[in-house]
Amino acid sequence: MKLTRKTGLRSLAVGAIAVSSALVLTACGSDNNSGSSSPSGGSSNAAASIKCGSKANLLASGSTAQKNAMDVWVKNYMQACSGSQINYKPTGSGAGVTEFLQGSTAFAGSDSALKPDEVTKSKSVCKNGGQGIDLPMVGGPIAVGYNLPGVDNLVLDAPTLAKIFDSKIAKWDDPAIKKLNPSAKLPSSSIQAFHRSDESGTTDNFTKYLKGAAASDWSYSGGKAWQAKNGQSAPQSSGVAAQVKQTAGAIGYFELSYATASNIPTVKIDTGASAPVAASSDAASKMIADAKVVGTGNDMALKLNYATKADGAYPLTLVTYEIACDKGNKPETLDATKAFLNYVASDDGQKGLSGQGYAPLPTEIATKVRSTISSLS
Amino acid sequence: MDIVNSPGEHPPNSRQPAVTRLGDRVFLGMSRGSGILLLVIMAAIAVFLTVRAIHAISLDHSDFFTTFEWNANLQPPSFGIAVLAYGTVVSSLIAMIIAVPVSVGIALFISHYAPRKLATPLAYLVDLLAAVPSIVYGLWGGLYLVPHLQGLNLWLNEYLSWTGIFHKSDPSSAARSLFTVGILLAIMIVPIITNVSREVFRQVPKAHEEAALALGATRWEVVRMSVLPFARSGIISASMLGLGRALGETMAVATVLSASPVLSARLLDPVGGTFAQNIAAKFAEADNFGRDALIASGLVLFVITLLVNGAARLIIARRKEYSGANA
Repeated sequence: MKLTRKTGLRSLAVGAIAVSSALVLTACGSDNNSGSSSPSGGSSNAAASIKCGSKANLLASGSTAQKNAMDVWVKNYMQACSGSQINYKPTGSGAGVTEFLQGSTAFAGSDSALKPDEVTKSKSVCKNGGQGIDLPMVGGPIAVGYNLPGVDNLVLDAPTLAKIFDSKIAKWDDPAIKKLNPSAKLPSSSIQAFHRSDESGTTDNFTKYLKGAAASDWSYSGGKAWQAKNGQSAPQSSGVAAQVKQTAGAIGYFELSYATASNIPTVKIDTGASAPVAASSDAASKMIADAKVVGTGNDMALKLNYATKADGAYPLTLVTYEIACDKGNKPETLDATKAFLNYVASDDGQKGLSGQGYAPLPTEIATKVRSTISSLS
Repeated sequence: MDIVNSPGEHPPNSRQPAVTRLGDRVFLGMSRGSGILLLVIMAAIAVFLTVRAIHAISLDHSDFFTTFEWNANLQPPSFGIAVLAYGTVVSSLIAMIIAVPVSVGIALFISHYAPRKLATPLAYLVDLLAAVPSIVYGLWGGLYLVPHLQGLNLWLNEYLSWTGIFHKSDPSSAARSLFTVGILLAIMIVPIITNVSREVFRQVPKAHEEAALALGATRWEVVRMSVLPFARSGIISASMLGLGRALGETMAVATVLSASPVLSARLLDPVGGTFAQNIAAKFAEADNFGRDALIASGLVLFVITLLVNGAARLIIARRKEYSGANA
C-alpha cells in the first residue's frame, strides 16, 4: 500500500517536472519569436544605451494598444537593468487612468489625453502642486481592412468611409466608390461594415478622424463607444480582424499589425495629396509630425490635423500617451519611472517599434518629450 | 433502486430526546454558519448592486428601462437596458426550447434505453461537455459555428421568412445573431440539464416501473406513465439550472454576437445584446460612473434571475402533489 502510494507520488513528480519544463521551453520559444520580429540588433544596442534608474518595482497599467510596444520596452529595460521590475498591465485606457488617479500605479498608458475633470482629480495624487500630464509615446496607423476577392488596391476617402460605416453606402458598386476606383471590378454585393462591440480607444480615434475629415457625413459625437446605429460588431481588434478575414464583402478598422498578421488588404486613403496614402509606420509618423501640441505647461497632448493634405501622411493615425505627474511623483519610483520613460522616448526605444506596426515619434516631438521627462520630479 | 425505503422505517430512537455531544454542537454550528454565510453573501451582493445602481440610474439622462443605447461614458450619460433585457430573454428562451427536449432525450437514453456498455461512456462524455470553459465554446462558436450556420440561416430565410422572426434583412450578413447565440447556449446547457435529469430518472422507484411493465406497458409507456410524471419537478429544476447559466453566460455570447443597440424581432439579424455581454464589452474602458451604470444593468439581471428561480419553485411546489414523488 505505502509502496504503491510512493510510486504514485513519484510518477506525479516526474509528470510535474515534465509539464513545467515543457512550459519553460514554450516560454523560451515565444520569447525568441517576439525577439526576431523586432529588428534583430535592437535589443543588444538598446541595452547598451539604456541609462538605468535606481532599482524599483514599477507598476503601470492602461492602453491595450500599447501592449506590444510595452512588451518590447519592458523586456529590453529589464534585461539591461537587472534588479528593476516593470509590470505593465494592459487593462484598457479607462481602467489605467482610474488606477493612476487612485495612486496605485507609477504611470498610466492611455489612448486619449486626460479630460479636464481627470486633471483635477490628479492633483490629489500628485503632491507638491503637481498634476497629471500626457506624454505622447506611441503612435500608430489604424488600418481599414477589407475582404473583396479580386480587388487589390481599394482607394477610399473620408466622406466615403463615413458613409460606409454609417450604412449610407450599402453596396460595393456604389457610384462614390466607383469614382475613386475607376479600374477596379467592384461586386454588387452588400457591404458588411464591422466596428468594435467593446469600448475602445481605436474606435475613439477612428471616429475622431471621420468627424475631423468628413464632418458633414459623420454626425455622431466621438467617444470610445460606437455611436452609429447599423453595421455589425465584434469584440477587440482581433475579433474585428477575424470577421473581416472570414466574411466576404466585409470592411473594418483595426491597428495595422492585425492586418499584417492576417494578410488582410488595407484601404489607401485619398486625402487630396498627390497620391492615395497606404497605412504604414512611416506615413503615420509623417502625420504625427504634422500635429500641434495643444497641452498647456508640461502637458504634451497632441491635436492631429485630420484634414491634412500633406504628401505621404496617413491621416487615420492614433497617438497614445503615458500619463505621469509633472511634479510630486512618488519618490520611491520617480527615478525608475524617469529612466524607463527616457529609454522609451529615446531613438533606440522608438526605432524598435516600426516592425510591430507602430509609428516612431518624429524627432522634434521625441526631443520635447525627452526634455519634459527629465524635468519630472 | 438505492433510495427505495418503506415509510415506516425510522431509526428506533428518533423520537427520544437527543443526546448532544461536542461533535453534534460543532456540526450544528458549522451547518448553521454555512446557511447564514449564504444569506450574508446574497445580501452583500444585493446591497452592493443596489447602492451603486441607484446612483447611476439617478444620473441617467434617458429612461433606464426603455432606452436602447448604452452611452454611459458620454456627457450627459444616456443608457438603457431595453435591448439587453430583450436579447438576454430571447437568447435564453431559444436555448431552452432546443436544450430541454434534447437533454431529456439524452438522459432517458442513458438511464433507460442504452446498454450499459454505451451508457457509461456516454454519461462521461456529457460530463466532459460540462467542463469545457465558456471561452472555448465562444471561440468554437465564432470560428466554426457561425460560418457553418449560414446555410441554415438562408434556408430559414427562404422558407420561413413569412413568420417574421426568421426573416433576414440582409441575407449575406454573417450569422452572428441572437438565434446563433441561442443555439450555442443550448449546447452549453445541455450537459447540466442532462446530468440532473439523469439522476432524477434513476431515482424513479423500481416498483413504479415494474408495476407498469406488469400491466403490459411497452418501454415508451413505462417512461410516459411512471418515469416522466415522477421526474417532472426534477426536470423543471434541471432546466432552471440550465436557464441560470444561459441568462448569465458572458464570454461565449460576447465572442459570437454582433452587438448593436437595435431591438429587432428578426432573430437572424446580427443585432442585439445581452446583459452579461454588454458588461464584458464595456467594462475595461468604463470610467467610475460607467462602472456604476454597468452594475445597474447587473442588478436587473440579478432580479430577472431571482424572478425566474422563484417562478420555478412555485411550479415545482404546485406539481409535487401530482408527481408521485411523495408516493
